[in-house]
Amino acid sequence: MSKFEFPEAIKSRPTYGTLEARPGKAHLFVADAEGAEAIIDLAKADSGLMAKSHVIYIPKDTGDKFVSQLQDLGINQLYVGPSFEAAQTRLQRSLADAHMGLQVYLCGTEGLMGQAQRDAMAAGIPHTAIQTEHRGSVARRMQCVHCKGITEDVMTDPFVCSHCGLNLFVRDHYSRRLAAFQGVCIDAEDPGNVPPSAELYS
Amino acid sequence: MSGAEKINVTVSAVVPLNELVTRFEFKRTDGALFPTFSGGAHTVVEMKDDGLTRLNPYSLMSDPQDQQTYAISVRRDDEGRGGSLFMHNNVKVGDAMVVSNPVNLFSLDLRAKKHLMIAGGIGITPFMAQIKQLDRAHGNWELHYATRNAALGTYVDELTSTHPNDVHIYYDDDKNFIDLENLLDGQPLGTHIYVCGPKGMIDWVRGKTAELGWPLESVHYEEFLAPQPGKPFEVKLSISNKTIQVGENESLLEALEREGVDAPYLCRGGACGQCETSVIGYDGKFLHMDHWLEDDEKASGTKIMPCVSRFEGKTLVLDR
Repeated sequence: MSKFEFPEAIKSRPTYGTLEARPGKAHLFVADAEGAEAIIDLAKADSGLMAKSHVIYIPKDTGDKFVSQLQDLGINQLYVGPSFEAAQTRLQRSLADAHMGLQVYLCGTEGLMGQAQRDAMAAGIPHTAIQTEHRGSVARRMQCVHCKGITEDVMTDPFVCSHCGLNLFVRDHYSRRLAAFQGVCIDAEDPGNVPPSAELYS
Repeated sequence: MSGAEKINVTVSAVVPLNELVTRFEFKRTDGALFPTFSGGAHTVVEMKDDGLTRLNPYSLMSDPQDQQTYAISVRRDDEGRGGSLFMHNNVKVGDAMVVSNPVNLFSLDLRAKKHLMIAGGIGITPFMAQIKQLDRAHGNWELHYATRNAALGTYVDELTSTHPNDVHIYYDDDKNFIDLENLLDGQPLGTHIYVCGPKGMIDWVRGKTAELGWPLESVHYEEFLAPQPGKPFEVKLSISNKTIQVGENESLLEALEREGVDAPYLCRGGACGQCETSVIGYDGKFLHMDHWLEDDEKASGTKIMPCVSRFEGKTLVLDR
């Protein structure tokens, strides 16, 4: 089961829905890992959609698990790449060439959806008009509020900043501009007094 | 007092533009500067018409940065309740009047990569101010303006001479219509569309953009509803402890104001939501005219917008 019900949180925390086909001549999907399942589900629900779609897919640690299934969906343009960074120029170029009416669908991990949403917003799509569906890992993309460094795929709270080494508390406070949650030093007043690290949502 | 802050003004010019439309210009009576505004804002003009106080909203069409003069352009509506006729027949240069501070319910979304404007008839007025604002900011815009014919093409000459490449004119009498589907197709990502004109035109643009997958957030429209006359009715006001009569030719909001009840309002045209009033009890039928309340709220019988909506029946009790 790749779906996870996030508990209710502060307003800043993004919430995710279930992808649905919307009217439009062009459809752009950005997905990673188990996000492929959301595309496969949508393709079953709307058989005509994939022929009008461009899918950018990053398998991450799922390897080839979903690739052949995606290849069988009749997707107009399917790109499978090693990382979001590798796919980003393709995404940005697709958005730059796109016209009004383009539908954007993001599915997979929060870090992937947040970064793709940031590019879509920069291209002029209101963030509320971008569909998202969370699948797979609940790992977070975190920004250290002290050194500003980004640590990807954070699974524990607290965690150690991969840039400055501070012990960071995982907040629900989220930035669409940075596409990251905020990590705040947990032992600033009493250095070394760090609670044991636990897996997120465990 | 409800509504935006008031400004005492003197009519400084009355300029007939064509058979139907006249521009009215105002200066502040105290000689001070007007506030600047944002393109698309309206002002509520107070008219003392033979014992009746009319408060009608008009789009400001002067330059938003011009603090010396506010200007509105009014289309004469011979079938209406008389506000535009009062402006055309009674208002002369030198008259003292009262207008409200600007209120904007139709502002530009400045995140847009491009502003696509669709005007029908007198719906051109908010765009006159928005275009001046966008020109100052070197904005990317394009106007498609449909009107009956050249003789009634308010500001067509001014617009086409100053912006020959950005302004597109369509005359109904020449069977020249906006090819909306083609116009929408191929607009760059980040385009926002703005429409001001008759209800049919607004519905057409909203329908077509939805069909083509435009986000709702990128579609902006302004339609002032004039309150429609109707059968007189009686209203009980629970807070003010009054029973008032709403006449055939006045709105519920106007009746409240006539009785000295300070009821909130901004647009007076069923759009802004400011006058939303709770219904405590009723026996009869609501005539909801606004486009503020959702359909289920309208059906629930718990809310009414007094600026445009009416009631038919035995009793209506409002929380006011």
